[in-house]
Amino acid sequence: MAELLSPIRNFFARSNDDLVKIIGMAVLVALVSSAAVSTAAVMLRPYQEANRAAERQARIDQMLDTLPGMRDLMMESGVDTLETRLVNLDDGSFASGADPAGFDLEAALQDPDASIALEADTDIAGIKRRANQSPVYLLQKDGDLKLIVLPVYGAGYQSTIRAALAIEADLTTIAALAIVEQGDTPGFGARIEEPEWLALWPGKKIADETGTVRIELVRGGASTPYEVDGISGATRTSTGLTNILRFWLGDKGFGPFLARLRQEGL
Amino acid sequence: MSLKHHLISPLIGNNPITLQILGICSALAVTTTLSTAITMSVALTVVLCLSGGVISLMRHHIPPSIRLIIQITIVASIVIVIDQFMQAFMFEMSKRLSIFVGLIVTNCLVLGRAEAFVMRNPVLPSVLDGLGNGLGYSLILLIVGALREFLGTGGLMGVPLVTTVAEGGWFEPLGLMQLAPSAFFILGLLVWLVRVLRPEQVEQPEFRLKAAEDRRP
Repeated sequence: MAELLSPIRNFFARSNDDLVKIIGMAVLVALVSSAAVSTAAVMLRPYQEANRAAERQARIDQMLDTLPGMRDLMMESGVDTLETRLVNLDDGSFASGADPAGFDLEAALQDPDASIALEADTDIAGIKRRANQSPVYLLQKDGDLKLIVLPVYGAGYQSTIRAALAIEADLTTIAALAIVEQGDTPGFGARIEEPEWLALWPGKKIADETGTVRIELVRGGASTPYEVDGISGATRTSTGLTNILRFWLGDKGFGPFLARLRQEGL
Repeated sequence: MSLKHHLISPLIGNNPITLQILGICSALAVTTTLSTAITMSVALTVVLCLSGGVISLMRHHIPPSIRLIIQITIVASIVIVIDQFMQAFMFEMSKRLSIFVGLIVTNCLVLGRAEAFVMRNPVLPSVLDGLGNGLGYSLILLIVGALREFLGTGGLMGVPLVTTVAEGGWFEPLGLMQLAPSAFFILGLLVWLVRVLRPEQVEQPEFRLKAAEDRRP
């Protein structure tokens, strides 16, 4: 034991101006610190994930509360939350037999059979891989679709933005947008969470008559139903959000699903 | 100097905020409500104590040429661990404090105490010094936080104490109190108050203007 400890003792006995001691102490401190930080991060992740999941659900519920008459409609239909269905994104059909509650996006993204890699030119949302299935939340009454909520996500300025886009029964008019999770700059990009800004969204159209997705955030003075005022000082957050919506409403996202709903209904 | 002195003196006599004027940025940012001020105070006090203890423990083996890097690495690791803990168990609070917990790393108070005291003192006085300075910081934060929340919203800890005009009462909330400059005003008044009560804290001007007649030949 003594022989084992003596190099360590020798190391600490060195002068503090000694080069070996300086580099050794730097490495030692770095190793111990990184071990402590990574241990904490790994051990606490399950708790943090649970918190974030609860937060996402709460934000969607909060969005429902802002929609006029939505709660009454839900009361009439006798449901207290939206129905969750899994959609096959490639052909837009509902996935049968799968339990939507058991859908694990992270696991699907790791699995080459359950997700696809995106080419750089189609990956405008900056997500690299896209799962083949996605949950959607919908409200129907007597077989008629009343509201559909699409979960979307992608790269903002310095964080992943997760949002929920609620679309009315005509499948073009936006009922509301909820930012479910983001970590962009407080005071700038993070202002996409503010209710005053989110209030700009209801009534906007995602696409024109030909079905081309046209929704975008513009710099000041939104003039058409497809334009929403961006956040000043947060150009990249605004561009990111535009791209996220364009991607998820497009061919690789919910495009085929929305097209199928327009033609066949639920 | 007794151990008790390390703990007591930073509370008012040598208060980190009102006398040393350290850690002002966070004092502005997190004092809009009392609850954020309390959480920030606890987080900073814990960081000060832990970093004081750890740095003091290894102070003989910190090479002077890289001492600042080592100190800041230790402080940063402790802060990240605390931030992770808060995200796991105090999620609402960590969202409200957002980046300011992470910014404890850059709080001048932490590195200031490490350089000025911890590097030259044993573990126990260092931890007590950290605790004392943390409590001194907390005291000011709590006063500012309580004043700002009460005058700005008419309540404390989110519980309304007086009825505001908007709800049919008489109290008109001071919107200014919820903005950053008001923390400067309150801090300034506090510094004034402390220095009126303890005139020995008043700094002598380094230079005095000469009286006009002195310049005449």
